Amino acid sequence: MVDFGGWDMPVNYGSQIEEHHAVRRDAGMFDVSHMCVVDLKGPQTGDFLRRLLANDVGRLTTPGKALYSCMLQDDGGVIDDLIVYYMNSTWYRAVVNAGTRDKDLAWMRRQAPAEGLEIIERTDLAMIAVQGPQAREKAVTVLPAEGRDAAMALDIFYGVPIQTENGELFVARTGYTGEDGWEIMVPAASAATLWNNLIKAGIASCGLGARDTLRLEAGMNLYGSDMDESKHPLESGLGWTVAWKPADRAFVGRPALEAIKAAGSPNKFVGLVLEERGVLRGHQKVVVEGLGEGEVTSGTFSPTLERSIGLARVPAGTGEKVQVDIRGKLLSARVVKPPFVRNGKSCITL
Amino acid sequence: MSNVPADLKFAKSHEWVRTLADGTVEVGISDHAQSALGDLVFVETPAAGRALQAGEACAVVESVKAASDVYSPVPGEVIEGNGGLADAPESINEEPYGKGWIMRLKVSGAGALDGLMDAAAYERFLETEA
Repeated sequence: MVDFGGWDMPVNYGSQIEEHHAVRRDAGMFDVSHMCVVDLKGPQTGDFLRRLLANDVGRLTTPGKALYSCMLQDDGGVIDDLIVYYMNSTWYRAVVNAGTRDKDLAWMRRQAPAEGLEIIERTDLAMIAVQGPQAREKAVTVLPAEGRDAAMALDIFYGVPIQTENGELFVARTGYTGEDGWEIMVPAASAATLWNNLIKAGIASCGLGARDTLRLEAGMNLYGSDMDESKHPLESGLGWTVAWKPADRAFVGRPALEAIKAAGSPNKFVGLVLEERGVLRGHQKVVVEGLGEGEVTSGTFSPTLERSIGLARVPAGTGEKVQVDIRGKLLSARVVKPPFVRNGKSCITL
Repeated sequence: MSNVPADLKFAKSHEWVRTLADGTVEVGISDHAQSALGDLVFVETPAAGRALQAGEACAVVESVKAASDVYSPVPGEVIEGNGGLADAPESINEEPYGKGWIMRLKVSGAGALDGLMDAAAYERFLETEA
């Protein structure tokens, strides 16, 4: 067990690599109740979120549709990354990271209008992520009968509330592994029952360790490792999440980001595949011949590819080859565009 | 409970030492250590001929979680590192006292093993650490 943002969480239940493979090949689940669910309600919610977030919730018009976005400081530094669901015109649901919960809520409240917006932390909800090619088929058998059709009908990146006699569930076809699956929000009092039923349905319990190797293979950023307040989205591989259009949408951090974009960011964010034996880890130095240095922000051994992969921030002109300083030795790594693995298949040539 | 073979000596940093028939020793990490590290994915063993002090970092075992140093439990000269670990680092998880051995040493100095724990003492040591 380790402390993770104030929560005691298991790194692994058994073999971390077996848990990883369970998700890539079959079905695994993670207790992600540490994630913080925040309901934003009231007539001002849409306008508020269009100003608060770098991605544009104006793109969300269908109930249940989700959007991934950064929440930025005025200088463009990333306060957090989050998912926001459009529930209806006066209700959005955000899911933010555990370690950033307090500062996120404080920032939201500081930016909030005086009236027309309620910010409600849903500490009453737990969350279980079921992930893998067989995850939905296995998990649907333990959902309340009245919600199964709606859950199975969900498109990718949509969620749906399901009323049950024990309170409201929220099932969303989202995740952090690069596999199909659901994230299920459940009243905390029913979470242990749901977990045990999912085990009976043949879904493997997986810990934080496998969650990290899976998200890294999927090329997904981890807040606090790959980006934080001192880094902006354009040097964190998150430029695609910034909605520049419409040009007149004033979001927090926009002027700073536009200046950075116009001048050209001196750094870029890339994937690395280590070509020699060893393991990439966060904070290792990347040496780019003729251009200077960068840094590995996340690194691990990829159980699917059976070699080491990482994410790194490097000088903007970096080409296809770099070297990484691993315990005083310079080892060769190849620059690739993440993701490394999606839906069980390698996305890069090895 | 982790496996602690009675015929081995142990260091507080969780290496084991086995004295071979020819007087040289074999060194690895204990079952407790491999279990705490988790699935191993990379092992760096020392080159033959390298002279080691007792307590000197001489090998690296890296799991999916983290990299850890292995310290030589005794002073000596490396006869060989276990080349098989390059392609099969998981040998240490599977058989920490067998095919997962890390290096063989020619011990220098008499009484070099005297400061190490026997199996019973190591078991007690593990209980105090838990």
